[in-house]
Amino acid sequence: MKVLVTIKRVIDYHVKVRVKADQSEVDLANVKMAANPFCDIAVEEAVRMKEKGWVSEIVAVSVGPAAAQEQLRAALALGADRAVLVQSAEVAEPLTVARLLAALCEREQPGLVLLGKQSIDTDNNQVGQMLAALKGWPQGTFASRIELEGDELLVTREVDGGLQTLALALPAVVTTDLRLNEPRYASLPNIMKAKQKPLETLTPDDLGITPRAHSRVLRVTPPPVRKAGIKVADVAELVDKLKHEAKVI
Amino acid sequence: MTTLVIAEHDNESLKPATLHVLGAATRLGTDIELLVMGKGCRAVAEAAARLGVRKVLLAEHAGHEHQLAEAGAAQVAALAGGYCHLLAPATTFGKNLMPRVAALLDLGMVSEVIAIEAPDTFVRPIYAGNAIATVQSLDAIKVLTVRAIAFEAVMPGEQAAPIEVLAPVAGPAGSRFLGEELSPSERPELTSARVVISGGRGLGSKDNFALLERLADRLGAAVGASRAAVDAGFAANDMQVGQTGKIVAPELYIAVGLSGAIQHLAGMKDSRVIVAINKDAEAPIFQVADYGLVADLFDVLPELERQLAPGS
Repeated sequence: MKVLVTIKRVIDYHVKVRVKADQSEVDLANVKMAANPFCDIAVEEAVRMKEKGWVSEIVAVSVGPAAAQEQLRAALALGADRAVLVQSAEVAEPLTVARLLAALCEREQPGLVLLGKQSIDTDNNQVGQMLAALKGWPQGTFASRIELEGDELLVTREVDGGLQTLALALPAVVTTDLRLNEPRYASLPNIMKAKQKPLETLTPDDLGITPRAHSRVLRVTPPPVRKAGIKVADVAELVDKLKHEAKVI
Repeated sequence: MTTLVIAEHDNESLKPATLHVLGAATRLGTDIELLVMGKGCRAVAEAAARLGVRKVLLAEHAGHEHQLAEAGAAQVAALAGGYCHLLAPATTFGKNLMPRVAALLDLGMVSEVIAIEAPDTFVRPIYAGNAIATVQSLDAIKVLTVRAIAFEAVMPGEQAAPIEVLAPVAGPAGSRFLGEELSPSERPELTSARVVISGGRGLGSKDNFALLERLADRLGAAVGASRAAVDAGFAANDMQVGQTGKIVAPELYIAVGLSGAIQHLAGMKDSRVIVAINKDAEAPIFQVADYGLVADLFDVLPELERQLAPGS
């Protein structure tokens, strides 16, 4: 089975973001970028599936700027066989990304598409579900465990209140939660080898997709700032403040 | 102009988040209808009929028993043409379902709405809540998930709206429910609790979480956890508070032995009063805490429990 695994280039998750003064967007100039952490988990899972012999080929895919090649090369160093960058200067909306991925699925005919459950920049948590809808495939979102049993994929999902297990017929779409696995690091020899692996660049046009706008960001503002609090000396003072000042207990 | 709210329930009762979504829907100034999809869930529809909606739509089907997205999205998409807005809670239920609905209808979607400025203009946090985006939807039908804690819940009234039984729509085959493992809890639900006590890696072990639980029982609080505590196996996944876990905004949030990473703050910084208990005076959690106590949690927790004991 072939697996498509998606990677988004986003601001590094350690970075404290700043909003531009003109409120147009978050300032990404000279900020450290990285692969979205949930996408790292998807790559790791694809590699583990290949190591178990469930998967014959891993194709890493990104929809993003030319610089996203860096994140695709990192996926190749971790064990992806080849990569496809659908180059788009603007940040594509989730439905556009899903349409591009659906078109790529037509071409590649994967048995499984693995995506992160959400990207840590836009926090949408939409693309995997949208892709599954466009393809008419079953979906296993927020996966914390994936097993192949016969011709079905058993996906344990993190849901409010606990865990739920579904059996999905293939082809299917699965989105990863944090606890699915612990991503490995690439070794230097593998990083060198990844430079020789194929990385194809396409445009939305090549896939026959015209991006459409479904929404417009009117402004981006910093969140309200909490007032600085006080330090209390001991438990007695804390309890007193909570009872008589904050009146919460 | 009518808004359709998709109810979250367990075939026996409505989840509280649905009441908050109805609260958000009232801000749109449209009529509201509520869709209940499930199996053997007539009682849910009857309770929902008293929530100030014009009509309750009831779709019962084996495929809806476990709220699978494949069947649910097909059912909602078949209905959607008559509505201006489709709303569901931004819970794992709504997040699983609504993007699938939107794509079936060739629509974009706005996730985790925290305020409604106009029928087409919505406010939502991005970058783990470190920026707030105001977004205008350009689609004819607006598909939204709503962050429950950002809106008041509606209260049940006397008047019952009619219940219309829908022909069930089966989704594509290919997804089967195998089972579930729910974490039993006697305590209030995390996302709607008035007081939340959360523990981090500083607790050191699963057994030490019992200290938090005892204190939680004293205060009628729910117990949460940081990602570090969950990953270390001290607490269950569904207790995680943060960008990728649950978002809470209780009256009182007590953070014990957790540093306050950006991703954790995203899940709790709208709490009314935040208390931090940590022995590291430099921990970022103190930058958002109203009351901070720099001390060893193993001294503080038993002392707090003693001082909060009835009659003390």
